[in-house]
Amino acid sequence: MVAWTDEERAAIQGVFAKLDYESVGLESLTRCLVVYPWTRRYFGGFGNLFNAEAIMANPNVAAHGVVVLQGLEKALKNMDDIKNTYASLSELHSLKLQVDPGNFQLLGDCLTVVIATRLRTEFTPYIQAAWQKFLSVVVSALSRQYH
Amino acid sequence: MLSALFYFLLFFFFFFKALFVYKYILLVPRGLIMLSNTEKELIIQIWDKMIPVAEEIGSEALLRMFTSFPKTKTYFSHLDISPHSEHLRCHGKKIIQALAEGARNISTLTTTLAPLSRFHAYQLRIHPTNFKLFNHCIIVTLACHMGDNFTPVAHAAIDKFLSAFSAVLAEKFR
Repeated sequence: MVAWTDEERAAIQGVFAKLDYESVGLESLTRCLVVYPWTRRYFGGFGNLFNAEAIMANPNVAAHGVVVLQGLEKALKNMDDIKNTYASLSELHSLKLQVDPGNFQLLGDCLTVVIATRLRTEFTPYIQAAWQKFLSVVVSALSRQYH
Repeated sequence: MLSALFYFLLFFFFFFKALFVYKYILLVPRGLIMLSNTEKELIIQIWDKMIPVAEEIGSEALLRMFTSFPKTKTYFSHLDISPHSEHLRCHGKKIIQALAEGARNISTLTTTLAPLSRFHAYQLRIHPTNFKLFNHCIIVTLACHMGDNFTPVAHAAIDKFLSAFSAVLAEKFR
């Protein structure tokens, strides 16, 4: 069980409230595929992923970006039990999708950067700290079902 | 006969001198070789913009790292790293200036950073995972300041540059 202070809950909910899932999802996934190109191995069926412009314009990437953010929203709504909330998602990523869990951190980092470009000075060091804590719990929960 | 010997010795001398130069080319971390000219220009452009606000950017990146990853504070017990402190601003400025200098000398990073590299290895002895944490906070700071101008391509270039820079700083660790 993770202990969240009231300030941390408020900070994380505040960040989410300001996110447009479509544009943030698309840009986060795009950045991940551009900055860490090996992650493209998991998206073979998505079509053209050859450069930043192609990825940003790819409708499959856009759709998947929304899926990712909706998944994170699940964690937000169940902040006191992210581990169990993510049990089936974790199995999906390990058994079916076979994603190296190291990559979860990378997508999380790209999402953090996109949030920083949108929120700018509002994304203070203290809000970032709460957000990083949330992400580390999410990444840990997603990485649990690897055997 | 003597002149043939002389020319042979001359050739021998230059051949080995060339080998010494070749050795330094081989020492350049792989990360640098993978930076395109566009990326190198982008990197220089971005760091040039950061030099006038080096104190602000540097101290913010450090503060973000200390707040999000408190274990990193263990390396700074000798400084006052509270927000807006003189030490934090001064130290942040030094770091940004070193990064800007590295950006201007990307092809000779190993030699440019040799003194800093020795310092990090033999005196600071920082656990290598911390470089990634700090690089992440530098990138978040740049993103906050540049907004949409911190494009995915710029993000990739800076991420590669910071990885290469950290690799050089850590190369003497063992």
